[in-house]
Amino acid sequence: MTSFWSVWIIVLTSITLIAMSWLLLGNRKTGAKKEDTPTGHAYDGIEEYDNPLPAWWFFMFLITIIWGIGYLVVYPGMGNYAGAIGWTSTGQHAERVAEAEERHRAMYDRYLAMPIEEIANDPAVRRMGMRMFGNNCAQCHGADARGGYGFPNLTDDDWIYGGDAKTIETTIIGGRQAAMPAWESVIGDRGVEEVTAYVLALNNREPDSAMAEAGKQHFMTYCVACHGPEGKGNPAMGAPNLTNGIWLYGGSQSEIAHTVRAGRNGMMPSFKEQLGPEKIHILAAYVYGLREAAR
Amino acid sequence: MALSKHDKIETNVSLMMVLTIVAISFGTLVELAPLVFGKQVKEPIEGLQPLPALALEGRDIYIREGCNTCHSQMIRPLRAETERYGHYSVAGEFVYDHPFLWGSKRTGPDLARVGGRYSDDWHRAHLYNPRDVVPESVMPSYPWLFDHTVDGSVTGRKMAALRAVGVPYTDDDIAGAAAAVEGKTEVDALVAYLQQLGTLLQMRR
Repeated sequence: MTSFWSVWIIVLTSITLIAMSWLLLGNRKTGAKKEDTPTGHAYDGIEEYDNPLPAWWFFMFLITIIWGIGYLVVYPGMGNYAGAIGWTSTGQHAERVAEAEERHRAMYDRYLAMPIEEIANDPAVRRMGMRMFGNNCAQCHGADARGGYGFPNLTDDDWIYGGDAKTIETTIIGGRQAAMPAWESVIGDRGVEEVTAYVLALNNREPDSAMAEAGKQHFMTYCVACHGPEGKGNPAMGAPNLTNGIWLYGGSQSEIAHTVRAGRNGMMPSFKEQLGPEKIHILAAYVYGLREAAR
Repeated sequence: MALSKHDKIETNVSLMMVLTIVAISFGTLVELAPLVFGKQVKEPIEGLQPLPALALEGRDIYIREGCNTCHSQMIRPLRAETERYGHYSVAGEFVYDHPFLWGSKRTGPDLARVGGRYSDDWHRAHLYNPRDVVPESVMPSYPWLFDHTVDGSVTGRKMAALRAVGVPYTDDDIAGAAAAVEGKTEVDALVAYLQQLGTLLQMRR
């Protein structure tokens, strides 16, 4: 704030305080108790008296003015004057954060030094993890972690990027970006239907065998790189297993065809910056323990 | 007698109005006037850019659908809020906002730093029907956003209007506005707007 505005605030605030004090003290009447003076206002036979303010009211008023002066001395209010104790809202926030950091530091360090598998069933870790999960993960994966259309279930044994403890932690830190290309422009509408038939055949769902046979050719040319020759997927590529009946984007014929046709680019954001390593460690342990909790 | 002083004011409406205005003005002059001219509300934080054309259209949809009645965009410097939402909001982030969309009520969560927090797919699913991803949500569904296309014919003029009040759009921005939103649906625009919210300041929650 420039010194002009600082002076502006100080002068106007002082004028207000002085004017309020004058209004209060200058209009004070005492000793009029004996005789009620009517103001002359009368409505429906009810008359208004011109009596002084009740003493308790007067003194309350006085106290607020004195309080106000005290406040302006201690806290920032008078222009650029920082206040006797140097309080700021951001300073208070930093203090609270540092306090919390100090309070939890030892606990975080202790858990950080322990392997995820070991702390996954620790009741305190599960309580903390549940809260972090509720705030950061449940919006997509669901409060029960069972996922939904396009958002993986975390309570089963099917892991797109791998379900060991370290990989779960890596996923939370870096996020994930799936990159299944759209195949329609490559293999055509007919090709999409054929590959879909082959994927159904992989699941023993008995599609048209000629279609499936033709689809196999496409599969072994294009899909095999990520999903593998048997369609069992590859966690290193984030390519799901196509043979276990678990479908992130639906398992009906038309849904599978749509996935092949248009591709899928599911994305999980990175939580590295927001949560930091110690909270991610606890969160990873919570997620790792979900399978056991679900059994 | 003191009574006559009251009388003068109480029986003279014009005088009373003038004195009332004077009394109220003191608050305005002290609380508001210095802020309007203050440096900290005019200087953008580092890296702040005017909204791109599509996000600008998204902002207008945000306003049209009244998102700001249930979602605030203002994180206060309290640990409970910064733990949940991220870095507290600072004045310099809102320099190009006309109007501000701070909101005053949180039926839903604060959105000041929602950018990048969810995937685009999540936002689309959530806007189509919030219950599909958050079963306990009370947010309305917005399925029509998927059917309507953004009208790019006025996007450039909106930018020009914002430039008139100090948002630094370039002539190229304005000239390219219609092309930038060509063929986009309203949900594309809204998601583009949401995904850039508050991404400039990051802090550990």
